[in-house]
Amino acid sequence: MTTTALTFSQVRYVNKAFWRNPSRAFFTFAFPLMFLVIFTSLLGNGTVHIGLMSVKASTYYVAAMASFGVITACYSNIAMTMAFQRDTGVLKRIDGSPLPSGSFLGSRVIHALFVAVLLVVITAAFGWAFYGAEIPRGILLVRFLVMLVVGAAAFCALGLAVTAVIPNADAAPAIVNASILPLLFLSGIFIPFGNNTPTWIVWIARIFPVRHFAAGMQAGFIGTPFDWTDVIVVAAWGLAGLVLAIRFFSWEPRSG
Amino acid sequence: MRLRHQLGPHERKPPTELAHGRRTATSTESDQPPAVKVRGLEKSYAGFPAVAGIDLTISHGEIFALLGPNGAGKTTTVEILEGYRARDGGELTVLGYDPGHERTELKGHIGIVLQSTAVEQYLTVAETLTMYAQMYPHPRPVDEVIGLVGLADKRDARVIQLSGGMQRRLDMAIALTGDPQLLFLDEPTTGFDPSARHEAWDVIRDLAALGKTVFLTTHYMDEAQYLADRVAVIAEGRIVAEGPPSTLGHRDRSTARVRYRQPAGTTPPLGLGAPPGPDGFVEVAVDDAVTDVHRLLHWAVEEGVELEGFEVKRPSLEDVYLSLTDHRSGEQHDSDATGRSS
Repeated sequence: MTTTALTFSQVRYVNKAFWRNPSRAFFTFAFPLMFLVIFTSLLGNGTVHIGLMSVKASTYYVAAMASFGVITACYSNIAMTMAFQRDTGVLKRIDGSPLPSGSFLGSRVIHALFVAVLLVVITAAFGWAFYGAEIPRGILLVRFLVMLVVGAAAFCALGLAVTAVIPNADAAPAIVNASILPLLFLSGIFIPFGNNTPTWIVWIARIFPVRHFAAGMQAGFIGTPFDWTDVIVVAAWGLAGLVLAIRFFSWEPRSG
Repeated sequence: MRLRHQLGPHERKPPTELAHGRRTATSTESDQPPAVKVRGLEKSYAGFPAVAGIDLTISHGEIFALLGPNGAGKTTTVEILEGYRARDGGELTVLGYDPGHERTELKGHIGIVLQSTAVEQYLTVAETLTMYAQMYPHPRPVDEVIGLVGLADKRDARVIQLSGGMQRRLDMAIALTGDPQLLFLDEPTTGFDPSARHEAWDVIRDLAALGKTVFLTTHYMDEAQYLADRVAVIAEGRIVAEGPPSTLGHRDRSTARVRYRQPAGTTPPLGLGAPPGPDGFVEVAVDDAVTDVHRLLHWAVEEGVELEGFEVKRPSLEDVYLSLTDHRSGEQHDSDATGRSS
């Protein structure tokens, strides 16, 4: 088999295993939708100001939870799965086979992208039906998809990179959540920024990729201006993640 | 019980050329280059030498066992041969490749069963093997491999539903899918209960019948004795003895010992008596076992003496192993022949 055929064959097996693990598939999809319902129920009647625009908070949350879903499916899922498979010896077994490492990791990334796109479609349909979100179309759809794919790939790369600092599978959820949850809050995903948001939080949001990615999602769902700078910042983080992953990714369990 | 070792089923093939010391000459018997050739292999971790100058030669079709206590350097050695670890020094070829520089080329020709390993839990046995078969240039048919390891009735079961013993058999099946010339088995039965161990042994023997070269590491004497054509004992990173299990450590030429309970008031023939031990048994070393045993039994029949518990012993592989690795690794000797139960 060619490397490309092997990679796509791997994607099919990853996909089979994903759907057969009920809790994993369920929570990947249920969490963003559950949060969407919770946040819109609690805060959905307010108004969020983005630049010069004012939108209903419920519409804002459709874009925010779509971003959250992509980050969970890519960054968190990849980091935890790889740490778990590294610890149990799945990765070492693959490392001893002739499967090219790029094929193995690439297939995991492709599958995460697939899950991310599916999540965004479901969130969009849900948001369009219940919360007045727009469905991006035309040139906006193209830009939106560019941000979606670049963002999903970037968060996958960062997920692979973070496994280097995860000592064992037990520590994986703690380290993954500790690295992403504060950033989600500091990027306005769960609570929209207002006029009173402290400058230091705004600066953190500018530096890290989460808010830039969410801005791209907002452009699709809410019609805020699309800024290519957001794509560039997210892509830069993705490249940095890729370089770190190539340098530090380990196939061997961390014993001791 | 001791005698059972000598009557053990290890005479499957005529023993290969008797070889003592650090080097063997088995490979010179054929024109084929050896499957594995190791000279002066060294590897240290943080200054501590895990492997301190090992020489090994393994012929094609041979079942070779590297036997040693935990921490002796077995896994380090086998993982260097598999290409997982880089060596610090020495020369090394595996199937003609250098695992350090030609690992990618080597991977397609070897099968590996790691000490602790896992596969995706939510795929079935057949799916797992089909997936691995795709990675190799000339795979064996999946159903043939499933039959070989005796998982035919679990073909469509998910891995998560398999018992520990069955998962180990799946490990071996994966190692076989690529139809490798050389199979590495790193402690394949550690943690097994006795019946699972015997099942695994049967599978390994079937593999050997296919003409595969097998490189096995183990800390179980009976495993090495049952499976291997040739055994090397490793302790503290060095090979301390090497040869067929029947002759390892010169045990075929070692002095036999005669043991029996001597009834009070009897006098055994000259040279065959000794003060009884605390358990009432007499144990004497004999130089010429056939003649001396004959003299003793002749005397017993003539005098009407009952020799309760009479037996003739040679040092078992276990005795040899313990003496070879003694003072080297403390409590690590695992002489429990039935193994740890899982």
